Amino acid sequence: MEHLINIFVKSIFIDNMVFAYFLGMCSYLAVSKTVKTSVGLGIAVIFVMAITVPVNYLMNKYLLLPGALSWLDPEFASLDLSFLSFIMFIAVIASMVQLVEMVVEKTSPALYNSLGIFLPLIAVNCAILGGSLFMQEREYETLAEATVFGLGSGVGWFLAIVGIAAIRERLKYSDIPKPLRGLGIAFILTGLMGIAFMTFMGIKL
Amino acid sequence: MKLLEKIKGLDRNGNTYTFMYASGLVIIVAMLLATASTALKPVQTKNVETEKKIDILRSIGKAEGVDQARNKHAFVAETFEKYIPEQLVVNSQGDSIQGLRAFSIDLKVEMAKPLEQRNLPLYKAILDDGSVKYIIPLRGRGLWGPIWGYIALNADLNTIFGATFSHQGETPGLGAEISTPEFQAQFKGKTIFEGDSILTFTSIKVVKGGATPNDPHGVDAISGGTITSKGLESMLRDCLWGYQKYFEKIKNSISHE
Amino acid sequence: MSEVKEKESWFSPKNIKLLTDPIDSKNPITVLVLGICSALAVTVKLKPAIVMAISVTVVTAFSNLIISLIRNSIPNRIRIIVQLVVIAALVIIVDQILKAYVYDVSKQLSVFVGLIITNCIIMGRLEAFALGNKPWPSFLDGIGNGLGYGLILVVVAFFRELLGSGTLFGYRVVPVEWYIKNGGFYENNGMMILPPMALITVGIIIWIQRSRNRKLIEE
Repeated sequence: MEHLINIFVKSIFIDNMVFAYFLGMCSYLAVSKTVKTSVGLGIAVIFVMAITVPVNYLMNKYLLLPGALSWLDPEFASLDLSFLSFIMFIAVIASMVQLVEMVVEKTSPALYNSLGIFLPLIAVNCAILGGSLFMQEREYETLAEATVFGLGSGVGWFLAIVGIAAIRERLKYSDIPKPLRGLGIAFILTGLMGIAFMTFMGIKL
Repeated sequence: MKLLEKIKGLDRNGNTYTFMYASGLVIIVAMLLATASTALKPVQTKNVETEKKIDILRSIGKAEGVDQARNKHAFVAETFEKYIPEQLVVNSQGDSIQGLRAFSIDLKVEMAKPLEQRNLPLYKAILDDGSVKYIIPLRGRGLWGPIWGYIALNADLNTIFGATFSHQGETPGLGAEISTPEFQAQFKGKTIFEGDSILTFTSIKVVKGGATPNDPHGVDAISGGTITSKGLESMLRDCLWGYQKYFEKIKNSISHE
Repeated sequence: MSEVKEKESWFSPKNIKLLTDPIDSKNPITVLVLGICSALAVTVKLKPAIVMAISVTVVTAFSNLIISLIRNSIPNRIRIIVQLVVIAALVIIVDQILKAYVYDVSKQLSVFVGLIITNCIIMGRLEAFALGNKPWPSFLDGIGNGLGYGLILVVVAFFRELLGSGTLFGYRVVPVEWYIKNGGFYENNGMMILPPMALITVGIIIWIQRSRNRKLIEE
């Protein structure tokens, strides 16, 4: 249990998808102009992450790894399909996103309208694919670990986008040098937020 | 030709067309990828093997010339042959297992098994001066992912001759320091058993805040890299533990001679 | 492709513009805000940054080319999936080649090669350009965008490696004697190695670019 809490906290703060790996920056910068929409997108990302990482964990374990197919037939033990992992992961993600999109459209048309183009773009949100690839690279051992990692990474991304959106709303009232307005200051702010998040690195768990 | 015309006549947004298009695409892509993967596999395997050999050679300090070598693969293979004439696989009862090559053992798989069932790889190196070193592969977990390495023991099977560690994604400047020569140099001359007795396995302690200079079993932990240091310590203990019985046997056979 | 040839030469001014625009005034990273995702994490050192830049350029150019070639036959409903499959296949091939021929760099790039798939530049250019243009201009557009992306990557990596490690391409630039521990006056800026400084460096690049080209300023 302690181990899982450890992974959770780390994936939110220290291993933050945005601040430590710059993942999902496209939608992070494009949608973070108001807090309201960014909360919506953030929740969608948490949801998709928490589903796709464990699903891809199972894919990886039972289909892709060298010898993973041996549960089908012992003859397949020498098969190594890991070169297909990118395409497999992205297919799982694309179909999951489609699912989330359908659910959101049915349940909350208002949210669906405000997120507009960005829901389909979650499929190409690097944070989502990144979550699955990190899960594969770090060799999480159990399904629980993978799920907790996916959830934590989603929450970390959520915090990052809501944080920058809140700051950007206030920025309207500040006097920023003209060439820095908009994109430039958003980059620098993200950097500063990243430095702030790095203080969590000292946490001993 | 008729088929082609038939396909052209199909509605581009119709189900049949979409389905056929998707299947065609999948087949082409799958064939392409399978070909590329099969064609490049030997080169990739060779890279992995050469890297493993370099790591092994590094633990006995014989990997310096690698970067200058014109043909890296050949150079490494040659050096490896020269210094490591023998490799064997043992079990935790101290018997050597026939029919297995240490080099092809996947430590990741072995470490997941209970100790009694593990196949433990061991390399025997003979240096230029004729001295014998035993090299043991290590694998464990750091903060972010796997860490691994090799540790070379002197012929007394107690004193460390050299050690090398690598990691996949430890924090740069903190946990990642385990792969620096400065950190690894600390291990030289430390002992893994208490005194001469083979029964008192102590492994190596990675001491936070710095080991006392005379501690025969302690090295300094990495400041700021506590979890990586701890992972390294348990990796050493877990991996070396299984060899005790085998070491005992070798020692006995030497003392009887 | 012969069609294009008849109407205009392969390197007509218009086509050249496709190649050069993305490097400055339509730069995918600093102006169009695309493709930052996988980019910055590989900019600690120059070598991986350059390999990454080349890989992205290759994938962008060829996915643009392929999609443009088949643009009239793609069923509308599965358009996005077809694009993803083409990109993913190209990325897998690039990844396999990197693993085979530049093994040490491919280890440093780790998951970020795979993340080229979700690099917004590629999808963005496919949607915005390749689907509506002939193969050759699409190919050039892909190369141009890849280079524009690569340029930012290389600039960021240059400063991060120089200031953070005192080396370039792994070769020492700042003399060892300058360091405080050797009795000198200099110390590497450890901050530059850490992720946040990549973002701040890009912010500064945007600042400089927009002060030079006032048209790009956002209101």
